[in-house]
Amino acid sequence: MSELKRTGLYDLHLELGGKIVPFAGWELPVQYPMGVMKEHLHTRAAAGLFDVSHMGQVILRCPPKALEALVPVDVAGLAEGRQRYGLFTDDTGGILDDLMIANRGDHLFLVVNAAMADQDIAHLRAHLGNAVEPVTDRALLALQGPKAASYLAQIAPPVAQMRFMDVAVIPTVHGVLWISRSGYTGEDGFEISVPTANADGFARALLAMEDVAPIGLGARDSLRLEAGLCLYGSDIDSTTTPVEADLNWAIQKSRRTERTDFPGAAVILDQITNGAPRKRVGLLPEGRAPMRAGTNLFASADAADPIGTITSGAFGPSIERPMSMGYLPADLAAPGTTVFGEVRGKRLPATVTPLPFRPATYKR
Amino acid sequence: MKFTEEHEWLDEDDGIVTVGITAHAAEQLGDIVFVELPDVGDEVTKDDEVVVIESVKAASDILAPIDGEIVEVNEAIVAEPAKVNDDPEGEAWFFKLRPAEPSQMDDYMDEAEYKTFIG
Repeated sequence: MSELKRTGLYDLHLELGGKIVPFAGWELPVQYPMGVMKEHLHTRAAAGLFDVSHMGQVILRCPPKALEALVPVDVAGLAEGRQRYGLFTDDTGGILDDLMIANRGDHLFLVVNAAMADQDIAHLRAHLGNAVEPVTDRALLALQGPKAASYLAQIAPPVAQMRFMDVAVIPTVHGVLWISRSGYTGEDGFEISVPTANADGFARALLAMEDVAPIGLGARDSLRLEAGLCLYGSDIDSTTTPVEADLNWAIQKSRRTERTDFPGAAVILDQITNGAPRKRVGLLPEGRAPMRAGTNLFASADAADPIGTITSGAFGPSIERPMSMGYLPADLAAPGTTVFGEVRGKRLPATVTPLPFRPATYKR
Repeated sequence: MKFTEEHEWLDEDDGIVTVGITAHAAEQLGDIVFVELPDVGDEVTKDDEVVVIESVKAASDILAPIDGEIVEVNEAIVAEPAKVNDDPEGEAWFFKLRPAEPSQMDDYMDEAEYKTFIG
């Protein structure tokens, strides 16, 4: 086991009373003294600041179309100043990682998952060689919530004009910020790449604003789950296809009909046309007991064999009830279907529910 | 008041023992979102898993600290699990039990010993 890495905000996390845990090879705060529940609610009510510096930032100096060899996403058609959700797929149609792809004019900027960053960079280099430049001198912060835009505009005024999934490079007193209007909470908000040397000062400037609270990994997880967003390694991985994961929307029409030269195209395009054998669904357990990842799902209270598994599950502070995501056979995946999760030896009912559990509030 | 290494407190009054978790335990667990209590009338044996609590982080079992019969449970914390974080050593007790063997209480720590135990 290699040594855990620390972000540029490590000292600040300690100073703020963050409870530090190992996560994807990094030492990060799972919560602050406010606690997971209040941090979650604060983000939805005001603004939360997240340290997501563990995520991999990568510059690609190649024509946008070159990346299309690795992702089933329309990159060539991505306008300058715009960002799009993407997936690396393998030859069997499995998902190698999910990522954000931004077109910044003369290059692409990618944000990939921390745990997959080394593998992703090797994968990119194998296909794109020297075009791949990992960014190692920048931290990544997220400011999320209904007040995020007004607060960030005090430091970087042009953000007020950005729409959901716009990206911009904005010079500020905290260095040149690479900003996208996006996030992982279902809230309006921003992800901000800041020079590591400026990260502490930038974070302190935001935290000095009236209603900005630091938010840990615990609330980050419940926020993204309420928003119906996948966690790589839990809800999606190399054994799930984009169609099984209900991510067809991430595969634009041009990649289905014309430029179908992406890894796993045969499997994925067949599943888009004919359906996949199983599907990722939202599940609302009855009662208050959370159905957590790994919980087996059954078609009835006394069925012998499981038909699926929960991949994420937690209590949803905003929806005030437990919520889960998991995989079910296609014929049992329709909203309204009741299945049973086995929790501590008891079969408890849960209802298939459309995602997200809580509607997003993006500024489109 | 007596304390166990499992971070439970036991308060004996007139032959009935009230059981809950300590403030230290509640803080370590984080926000509690689910509580499942035993049934009144259950005969429990020391170390039986009698209560399940789930925090935002994980599920934990609470063990019966002594043998006895459950005579009352605190339904208020089932309806509102957050009470366990708010007042773990007061209003948010878990259950009351009539001990079968009151001397089992003697094995547990007093408050000063518990404070040393949690450092």
